[in-house]
This record gives sequence, structure tokens and C-alpha cells, in this order.
Amino acid sequence: MTKRRKLGTWLVALVALHGIIACAGFFAPYDPVAQDREHPYAPPNKLHLLDTQGHVHIRPFFYPLRMREGFFDRYEADTSRRIPLKFFVNGTRYKLFGWVPCSLHLFGADGARIYLLGSDGYGRDQLARVLYGGQVSLLAGWLGVGITIFLGLVIGAAAGYYGGWRDEVLMRFSELFLALPWLYLLFGLRAFLPLAVSPVKAFLLIVVVSGTLGWARPARLVRSVVLSAKERDFVRAARGFGASDEYLFRRHILPETSSVLLTQAAILVPQYVLAEMTLSFLGLGVPEPVASWGNLLANLQQYSVLMSYWWMYLPALAIVPFFLSYLGLASALQEWADFSKIGA
Amino acid sequence: MRFLLRRLIHAVFLLFGVSILTFLFSSLAPGDYFGEMRLDPHIAPATVAALRAQYQLDQPLPVRYARWVKSVVRGDLGFSFSYNSPVGPLLWVRARNTLLLTVTATLLTWGFALPLGVWSAERLGHLPDTLISWTMAGLLVVPDLALALGLLLFAVRSGWFPTGGLASIGFENLSLLDKLRDLALHMILPVVVLVLTALPVVVRHVRAAMVGVLDAPFLRAARGQGIRRHRLLYRYALAAAANPLISLFGFSIGALLSGSLLVEVVMSWPGMGPFLVQAILSRDLYVVIGGVLLSTLFLVVGNFGADLLLYWADPRIRTEPEAK
Repeated sequence: MTKRRKLGTWLVALVALHGIIACAGFFAPYDPVAQDREHPYAPPNKLHLLDTQGHVHIRPFFYPLRMREGFFDRYEADTSRRIPLKFFVNGTRYKLFGWVPCSLHLFGADGARIYLLGSDGYGRDQLARVLYGGQVSLLAGWLGVGITIFLGLVIGAAAGYYGGWRDEVLMRFSELFLALPWLYLLFGLRAFLPLAVSPVKAFLLIVVVSGTLGWARPARLVRSVVLSAKERDFVRAARGFGASDEYLFRRHILPETSSVLLTQAAILVPQYVLAEMTLSFLGLGVPEPVASWGNLLANLQQYSVLMSYWWMYLPALAIVPFFLSYLGLASALQEWADFSKIGA
Repeated sequence: MRFLLRRLIHAVFLLFGVSILTFLFSSLAPGDYFGEMRLDPHIAPATVAALRAQYQLDQPLPVRYARWVKSVVRGDLGFSFSYNSPVGPLLWVRARNTLLLTVTATLLTWGFALPLGVWSAERLGHLPDTLISWTMAGLLVVPDLALALGLLLFAVRSGWFPTGGLASIGFENLSLLDKLRDLALHMILPVVVLVLTALPVVVRHVRAAMVGVLDAPFLRAARGQGIRRHRLLYRYALAAAANPLISLFGFSIGALLSGSLLVEVVMSWPGMGPFLVQAILSRDLYVVIGGVLLSTLFLVVGNFGADLLLYWADPRIRTEPEAK
């Protein structure tokens, strides 16, 4: 029972995390590409409950930023203006799930823009970019894993079910993919695909590249499951009654592979998100102005940004809770699979 | 001996497979290094065609592959368009720097992972085990990109470490001792990132292998004989648990090579990472192929080393002539 509860906890965590990213428009106060040329590289606003006179306020507030006298790139908090944070405000229009037109935001402020994670060189809200970037990165991970699982299932099932020389060839081929350092492989494949392409095309390229590179491990796992499944008594009995290959596969063998495939998917999603981040970080992935978790970090390669604007690092931490939940889910799935095997 | 011979043949096939695979990928590429020249109105189409012919880019794939294999035998590894020089020497300088990082990181990772894993397995379920397990889980969820950038940020703001590069300005004028010190100082950050990202997986496997062995009757008997704890753990238990770990050693080299690629770019370490990214951006075909192939070679050599180690450490493989 506790194993199931563990699985449930991680699933709830993942649904919550993905929910936040899916409803980016609601949680982000602004549009991710809206620029504020008056406030490039604005540091994160601090939220206060206590003002300069020592009065306590129930509603959190912040002081807007203004240029420091005599500087052109230093900000200071304007403590003469106290701007309260407002919840459930109407703001810029967006489309929820890319479909439902909406203008409700979780929070916002009148009179000045609020930057909870600071702003980038164009004065774009980093919080909005992290949330919207998550949509791109996570979707890349999911679609890539979809391709990998499909390839792994088809190849592994073919190798395990038919055996013989097909098995031999496919397994040798998979060893090739398993042996290589995968980042080199990723680079090698990416190198031979077009470079200057539209964001959508670049996104699809990443999905296909990462998706096709990872098939070897799931394929080998599926193969071993199929090998043992096709020798089970009930499968042999079904075959004896004249069941076709297609029926046997769909009805008896495919369900056996589900737990292996689910575990692999939980392990691979964060890896593929990381692949997208790595490629975009290096300028080989999703280009500006579309935000992704990788290209948000790209300007940290400039020494001056690293030196002066530390908050540009914060998007790197966005993936950590996702990593944690996916790894937790993977190990819970593994335990659950072992447990149900013993139970059966 | 047959075990080693088979592994060697396997390695050669792997290298050939990878080279053919990368060549096949490269033939899928739309456009090449000279593609951009076509857009330039100052350059006649005939010139571009002549250049392509000069570098044999207009030849069919099998011909190009055969010529390339010939140049690999000479040690050239093809020709770099943007550097206008053979790839081999260019790559070798960078590969040396990459090897410096990965070899150091591999040794340090295992140097830390073995005692940590053994300790964790010995005190299974007790405070040290819990503490180590939690720390490793914490390290596992921080991706290498975030860790590398975080440490770099820390270095820049604290000023304790040099940020980026391999040597300080005026490196040539330092004495040998100062040179080594300078190099070590530059290596700290990238090596720390690599070790921290590789450590959790290795520690977990060491722990699992040791847990499987520690309950074995021969070890309980040895404990009964009064053999001291240290000797028992490291001389007898570790040797019995070594088999899966040595295979993991080969895999960990691959992981560290991959990790090093990214860390080098972040920390601007003059290794294969920045070089390959540059080559991809300028469509320098043979540099990319050479880089992928060289990394495979390192991996194969590392794995072969692991096999040798296995052969030496595990008598079961030596005595069994038909060992799989």
C-alpha cells in the first residue's frame, strides 16, 4: 500500500508542476516577449510587508526601481512609492493552453512592472520567460520520449519476437548507440542538420534528434521482456489455439512491456529536457525570441552578464524540481513493478 | 586470452560502425561549408563548384568514405575547411586538454566513490548510509549545466578561482612548479563539476554491489577468523564485488566524456567542446566526424582497459575459456 502511495505522491507533484507550466499565461504577470526598454537587466523586486516607517501591511508590496543618480545601469529602490501587489488582476491578453482567450493573471501591479526574477537585457520579465520556456522545453522532452518509446517498442519487439538474424543485427546496432558518449552523438547528428531555421523547425529538429538517439536501451529492455513473455504457458496455449501473431502481440505481449516502458519514459523525459537545454544553450537549438530553458541561460556565456547580473542564473534552477519528481517517479515505478511481480 | 581478443575485435568493429554511421548522417546534410558562398554575388558559381571539386565534396559517398579512411590511416582524419589544415593535429591539441580533464575526473570520481560506497554499504540503514544516500540524491537532481553555471557564478563573484581558460596570462614565463600550480588552479572548477555529476551513479552502484557481497558466507567466516575490518572490506569484499563495477568503470568514462564537452564550453576550457561547437556552426564536416570518432576511440580504449582490469581481477574469466 505504501508503494502505491509513494507513486501517487510523485504523480501529484508532477501534475502540479506541469500544471503551473501549462498555465504559464495565468501565473506569469506579463507577456514573455513584451519588452520594457526602460528597465534592462532590472534586479528582482523584493516583496515587503514592513515599510520604511515601520508600519506592517497585510498585503505584500514592493518599491519600484529607478536609475541611480549618475549611473546608466544601476538601479535603486524608490522607497517613496509603495506599490501593493494585486491578486487575480486583469492584464495582458493571452491564450490559455494556446486556445482559450483569457486575461486573468495570478498577480500584477499598477503603476510599475514587477519583476520577481528580474528582467533580461531587453527588459523582458524573466519569470514569464521561465514559465513559457518551460512549455517549450518540457514539450520537447515529451515528444522526444514519445518517439524513443515508439522506436524502442517496435525494434525491441521485432528483435525479441522474431529472433534469429534480425535479433542479432538489431542488437549489434543498439550496442553501437549505447556505447557512444551520447552528447557527442547528439552533436554529430545536429551538425548535419540545417542551422538557421525558424523556431518551430528548430524545435522539431531537437525533438527528432533526441528522440531517435535514445532508442537502444528501451529496445533492449523490451526485447528481454518479449523473450520471456512469448514462452509463457498461456501465450503458447493461445498460439496452439490458432491465435495470430498480431493478436498474440497486442493481447498478451504488449501489456507485459508497459511497466518497463513507463519506467524508461520517466527516466528519459528529464534527460531529453536537458538535451534541449544543452543544444539551445550552445545556440544549436530553439532561437530567440522564443524562450526555452536552454536559451534563457545562453547569455550567461558572456562574462559581463555573469559578473553583474546574477539573477540571470535563476532559470537554471527551474528544472531541479522536475528532475526530482521524475526520478522519484521512476524509482517508485521500478519498486512497484518489482512488487507486483512478486505478488503475481 | 580469447576473451581479450574478442573484445579487441569488437572494439574495431565499433569504430568502423561509428565512422560509417556518421558518414551516413553527413550525407543527409542539406548544404555544406561552401553553401554560404553561393549566396555571395562576388563569387562565381563556377568557383564554388571548383572548390567543392577540389575538396571532393562532389564525389559519391562511398568514394568520399574510402578517401577519408585513407587519410585516417595517415593520421590526418580528413581536412578542415575553416582552418585549411588536416583535422588530426588540430583535434589532437584539443583532445589532450579534454583527456586531462576526463582522466583526472575519472580517477577522482572513483577515488571518492569507492570509500563512500563501501562505508555506506557497511553501515547500511545507519546514519552514514542515510547521509550519503541523501547527499547523492541531492546531487543527482542538479543537472550538469546548472551545476557548472552555478560554480562559475560563484567563482566570478568570489574571485577565488580563475574563471575560464587553461592558463593565466604570462604562463610561459613561470617556473615549472608555478606552471603546475596554475594549471591545477584552472582545473579545479571543471573537474569539480565533472566529479560531482558522475559521483551519485557510481556511489550507488558501489553500494549495491557491496551490499550484495557483504552477507556472503565466506565473508562472515573471514570475520569470524578475526581479520581486521579494513582488510576485510577492501581486500576481500571489494574484490568479490568488483565485476559489475569494472564494467561500470567503462561506462563512466563515456558519461564523463559527454559531460566534459558541455563543461568545457561553459568554463571556456580549450578542449574538444568549444572546438566542436565552432565546427558545427561553420559546417566543418570532417572536424565533427573526427571529433565523434576520437571520442569513440577514447571510450573504446577506456573500455578495453576495463576489460584488462576485469581479466586481471576476476579469476572466473581467466579460467573459463568460453567465458561470455
